[in-house]
Amino acid sequence: MRIVIAEDSVLLRAGLTGLLVDAGEEVVATVDNADDLLTVVERHQPDLAVVDVRMPPTFTDDGLRAALQIRARWPKIGILVLSQYVEETYASELLANDTTGLGYLLKDRIADVSEFLSGVRRVGGGGTALDPEVVAQLLARSRRRDPLDRLSPRERQVLGLMAEGRTNAAIAAELVVSDGAVEKHVSNIFTKLDLPPTSHDHRRVLAVLRWLDT
Amino acid sequence: MVADASVRTSRRQSDSRRPACRRRAQVGTTPGRRHPVAPWPWPDRVLTLDRVIRDLLRPWREATTWWSLTHVMLDVLVGTVTFTVTVVFLATSVALLITFPLALPFIWGLGVASRAMAIVERSRFAAVLGEPILDPVAPLRSRSPWGRLVERGRSGARWRELAYNLLALPRGMLTAFVAGIAWCGSAALVLLPLYVSTLPGETAKFWLFEVSQGPAALAATVVGLSGLLIAPWVTLALVRLDRAAARWLLAPRREADLGEQVTRLETSRAAAVDSAEAERRRIERDLHDGAQQRLVALAMGLGTARERLEADPEGGRRLVAEAHEEAKAALKEIRDLVRGIHPVILEDRGLDAALSAVVARSPVPVSLSVEVAERPPAVVESTAYFVVAEALTNVARHAHATRAAVSIARAGDRLVVEVRDDGVGGADPGRGTGLQGLRDRVTALGGAMHLVSPDGGPTTLLVDVPCAS
Repeated sequence: MRIVIAEDSVLLRAGLTGLLVDAGEEVVATVDNADDLLTVVERHQPDLAVVDVRMPPTFTDDGLRAALQIRARWPKIGILVLSQYVEETYASELLANDTTGLGYLLKDRIADVSEFLSGVRRVGGGGTALDPEVVAQLLARSRRRDPLDRLSPRERQVLGLMAEGRTNAAIAAELVVSDGAVEKHVSNIFTKLDLPPTSHDHRRVLAVLRWLDT
Repeated sequence: MVADASVRTSRRQSDSRRPACRRRAQVGTTPGRRHPVAPWPWPDRVLTLDRVIRDLLRPWREATTWWSLTHVMLDVLVGTVTFTVTVVFLATSVALLITFPLALPFIWGLGVASRAMAIVERSRFAAVLGEPILDPVAPLRSRSPWGRLVERGRSGARWRELAYNLLALPRGMLTAFVAGIAWCGSAALVLLPLYVSTLPGETAKFWLFEVSQGPAALAATVVGLSGLLIAPWVTLALVRLDRAAARWLLAPRREADLGEQVTRLETSRAAAVDSAEAERRRIERDLHDGAQQRLVALAMGLGTARERLEADPEGGRRLVAEAHEEAKAALKEIRDLVRGIHPVILEDRGLDAALSAVVARSPVPVSLSVEVAERPPAVVESTAYFVVAEALTNVARHAHATRAAVSIARAGDRLVVEVRDDGVGGADPGRGTGLQGLRDRVTALGGAMHLVSPDGGPTTLLVDVPCAS
C-alpha cells in the first residue's frame, strides 16, 4: 500500500514511518503541515493518507479540514485521521456522508502495533476504523435510549464493534465466539433497532452511525 | 451522522423562551418613544377616529401591560412582608438598646433580613418586568462577627435597601389603591346597569351617588368604559413609580458606591488569583500522583526487564509487556489531564461540542442542552465548561445520583449554566476545594454561583456569568 504521512512531531513521524515500512507498506512522502499534505497527495495519489488533526499553520483542526478536502477532491484515497484526543464532533464531520476508507483513531492506539496495522489496512482497503472512545461517546450521547436499553450487554458490545468498522470475522475473533454467533447478534440488533438489514460491512457502519446520531 | 447545529438545537427542550419575552416587555414599557407625537397639524398623518381608538387600546394588546399589572398587584403583598419584618426587627433592636448585648442579635437579624428581601425585590423586577437592577452591595470581608456587623452598618447601599423595604408598604398601598380603582371601579361601573336592573327599589347607592335605572345607569357604563380605557395607562404609570423607587434605592449610585465598587472588584480579583493558584496546585498534584508515578513504574519495569532478558527471556518478555501497558496508562492519564487544562475543541467548535465529550465520559447518565445562539467570549465559555466538568465530577464522586441534567442558555447578556442531579445532596462549598474553586472562578468574572443541595437531595448548581467583556 502506498502511504502519505502528515504529522508535525518529528519523533512520531519517524516512528510511524518505521513502523509502516517494517510492516511492508510503502511510505511515499511525509509532510509536517496541512498545506503540504494537499500538494503531496495530489502529486503521489497514494492509497492512504495518515493525517494528524492538530498541525501547522493554525494548530487547531487543520488536519481534519485537509482530510475533508482530500475526500472531496479524490474520494478514492483512504484517510486515517490520528489525534491526541478524539472528539465525537470531529468524527461526525469526517464521517458525515460516507464511511468508506475513513478512519479516526487516538494516537495512543499506535502503541498496539498489530491492532493499529490492521486499522491501517482496513482503511486502505475501503473499510472504516473508528476509535472505541468515539463509539463510547456516541453511545453515551445517543438520544435513542429506549431501543438501546433493549439490547443485551453482548449485543451492545457487538454494536460498538460494528460502529468501529469491524467485520463479522474480526468481531468473532475479538469476542472469542463463532462467526455464526456474531451473525445472529447482528441480525438481532438490526431487528431491535429497526434498521434495514444490510450484509455489506461498509454500509453497515454508516447505518449504525446514522442511527446513533439522529 | 449529521452534526448540523440546527438539528442539535431543535431536539433540546427549551427553557430560554422567557428571557425573550421579558426583553420585549422591557422595550414595550416606553410606548411614547416608539410613536413620537407629531406636531399639529400632522402633515403626513390624518387624525382619524379609528387611529385614535387604536392608539388608546394599544396597551390592551401588549404583554407589558399585563406584566406591569401583575407587578403592581404584588407590590402591596411584598410591601406588607418587608415592612412588617423590618419594623419588628427595628423596634426590637431599638427597645433593647439599653441592654446593648441583647439588641445585637436583632440588629444582626435586621441586616440579614433587609438584605435578603432586597435581593428578592431585585429578582422580582428582573423576573416580572424584565428590568435587571444591579446589586451595589459589596460582599462582607471581615472574618469576625463584630467586624461584619460594622461593615453592614457602614454600607450606604445596605441602608438604602432598608429604606426601600420600609417605603415598600406605603408605595404598595398607593399603587394597589390606584390600580384597584382604575380596574375594579371601572369594571363595577360598567356592570352597574345590570345590577340596578335586578333591584326592587329601582335605585342603587353607589358611593355617594344614587343611581336609578335608565339613562343614569347608562351614564355610569360610559364612565366605566372610559375608566377601563385609561386603566392600562394608569398601570404603566404606576410601574414607572415602582421603577423609580427601585432605581433610587436599590440600584448602584455612581459616586456614593465607588468605595463599595472597589471592595467588590478587590474581592473578585483576589478570587481570580486564588483560582489560578488552586488550578496550578491541582495540575501539580494530578501530574505527581498520576503520570509521574506511572513513568517511574515504567522505567523501573524496563530496567528490570533489561537485567533479566538474558537469563530469563520469558520473564523479561512479560515485564516488557507490563511496561507497555504502564506506558499506555500513562498516556491516557496525560491525555485526560491535558484535555482538562484546555480543551482545544472548545475554541474550535464551542460549548456544545466540547461538553458532549465531558457528558459522554460521565458514569452517571447526563442529558445536555445547550441553547447559545451567539458564542460568548472565550473566557466565559471556558468558565462554563469547567463549571460543568467539575460539577459532573462531583456528581459522579459524591452524589450517588442516577441521572443528571446540564442546561446552558443565554439570557440577555448573561450565560446561565444549570447542573441538576437526583443524588443525595448535602454538597457544601466550604468543605470541598472544587466548589470553592468554581465560585472563585465565577466571581472573578463578575458572575454568581448558587448551590441548592439539601440533605437527601436533589442538588442544583446554578451559575450565571455576564457575557459582556
